[in-house]
Amino acid sequence: MSPGVRAASFVFGRIAFYVGACLFAAFFVLPLLWLTVAPFSTLANLSVQWPDPWSLQNFERVFQNRFAIRALTQNSVIQAAGGMLLVTLCATLAAYALSRAAIRGTEVITYGLVLFSSVVTGTAAMVPIFLMVFQLGLIDSHLAVILVFTGGLLPAAIFIMRDFVDSIPRSYEESAMVAGASSWAVFRDVALPIVRPGMMVVGVWAFVNIWGGFLIPFILLRSPDKMPASVAIYSFYTEAGTPLITLTAAYSLLYSLPVLLLYLFVNWKYGFRFFGGIKS
Amino acid sequence: MALVSFHAVDKLFGTVRAVDGVSFVIADGEFVCLLGPSGCGKTTTLRLIAGLEKPTAGTIRIGNRDVTQLPAKDRDVGMVFQDYALYPHMSIAENIGYPLKVRKVAVRDRDRRVAEVAEHLQIGDLLARRPSQISGGQQQRTSVARAVVHKPLVFLFDEPLSNLDAKLRLEARSFLKHLQRELGVTAVYVTHDQAEAMALADRIAVMHEGRIVQMAPPLEVYRRPATTFVANFLGSPPMNLLPLRVQTGKRPRLASDEVEFALERDVADWLVAEVGDDGDLVAGVRPEHLRLERERGPRTLSGAPYAVETLGPESLVTLRVDGALLTVRLFSDEPPEVADVVHLGLEPQHLHFFRTSGERLEQA
Repeated sequence: MSPGVRAASFVFGRIAFYVGACLFAAFFVLPLLWLTVAPFSTLANLSVQWPDPWSLQNFERVFQNRFAIRALTQNSVIQAAGGMLLVTLCATLAAYALSRAAIRGTEVITYGLVLFSSVVTGTAAMVPIFLMVFQLGLIDSHLAVILVFTGGLLPAAIFIMRDFVDSIPRSYEESAMVAGASSWAVFRDVALPIVRPGMMVVGVWAFVNIWGGFLIPFILLRSPDKMPASVAIYSFYTEAGTPLITLTAAYSLLYSLPVLLLYLFVNWKYGFRFFGGIKS
Repeated sequence: MALVSFHAVDKLFGTVRAVDGVSFVIADGEFVCLLGPSGCGKTTTLRLIAGLEKPTAGTIRIGNRDVTQLPAKDRDVGMVFQDYALYPHMSIAENIGYPLKVRKVAVRDRDRRVAEVAEHLQIGDLLARRPSQISGGQQQRTSVARAVVHKPLVFLFDEPLSNLDAKLRLEARSFLKHLQRELGVTAVYVTHDQAEAMALADRIAVMHEGRIVQMAPPLEVYRRPATTFVANFLGSPPMNLLPLRVQTGKRPRLASDEVEFALERDVADWLVAEVGDDGDLVAGVRPEHLRLERERGPRTLSGAPYAVETLGPESLVTLRVDGALLTVRLFSDEPPEVADVVHLGLEPQHLHFFRTSGERLEQA
């Protein structure tokens, strides 16, 4: 092969690579682009089009839908925030216990939990979960949604938290004990502040999961005034089952904003990472 | 007054005996170093005093209390950890003040006491910083400040100097000794560095395989090591040890295939009484008690040079004598002239004798 041919094939290879990469990127970027422009167009369809003219009329009509707004501003918030608090609290305490208690087999428990929870998915367990919630008399309550989500998210949350707790040197807690601190004070003053970034990550992750979860609230809730936004979005469908694209787009944008803001806040305050380690 | 005492304390980890029947008494205001190689049980002993480990058997007392079953938080001790264990999320002031905070000392008193201690340890201008923003030496002082701030009954140190570089370490060593004297607080200090133990301690407890082999003032441990283990652990370089036989007869002497060393009649008689005629023993002599001789004599050891190390104020010459290596420490900044065969002389009173089992032979 002459140098000229080799150079040409190199250039051609690079071009092919960049074209491929752009196509791949477009696949992910287009829906996001659509989500940012479509809500502002009264003539929105499924293609990405510059709104002409820009208008807030879609949002006006969305806010007239009491059911959907109540779902977004109350029900989703109650369920996602409640689940987030419960998951974070339980995961932190459990991870601390698994990391520090002198019990044999804590490794097996941790890895067993994660494996088990990823094998038995929520969908497969839906019938027994429904029966259990029914027998507990919790059907059609926020608590049922929070508890079922918490149960599903806890194993992975414990797994993530455990890495953060494991990264605290034992000497930190021992020095606090020698200084005169009770077990609770050691946890509150030394361990908790150090694993706080981990708690934030787990919290956001749990919030996002519940916020976007559809099947569990759809099955466990009955009354429309308790449905979260993920279910309420169907109120922007016609009776024939086709979506009103303009309104769905506007509602989707409102629906995705809290998650985005939460992520930005935690990232700014603590840095978003899934592993432990002292960052001082 | 006894401040810390152990009575027949055992600590087992599974089937491993980390601390094996240890008993000692530490007096009020005394500075005791626990010295030994890694895995000898010295750190476990310290953690037993702190309450971070519970003994399997035995009694531990601090002051006039039996603390054997008392948790760490109620023992009123101050401890400096090897990694300092400063909390990264607290300022230096909060770190130092933590023992006072958990004791619910009022904020105003706490701040005053923290400032006082920090000033004393020359870290008064760092109080607002975080541990990651100060140097290793300053972190070490912060850690010491946190250990002393609540005026504990006992100070515990777990190899506090091992994370400092060589120069800083000497500085910190003198500083710790000065501080302990000034505060007059009882201190227990764990180290594997014999020089540190010699420099700091009122008494050294040399530990080996979970037991205290010898507990005595530094010079006593240096001058009259109780076993070959202690002789070999203290001193830099450590004591030279040679397995020899003691023989009486016409010329009382220590001998082996290659060595002959004349002994006084009464010394030879005593050794024979201890180990029998032609009995085996181990003779020891410190490198600093050997000197180079021009020629062979009745009280010399001879061997071929193995290595010559010039260290500045002193030189080390190592010879191969009868299959063993003997080191001589020469206090001169001139590099020594070493011939093909080197003769070493020593004063007989500098010889140490041990049974082959390791224990010291002492003339009554």
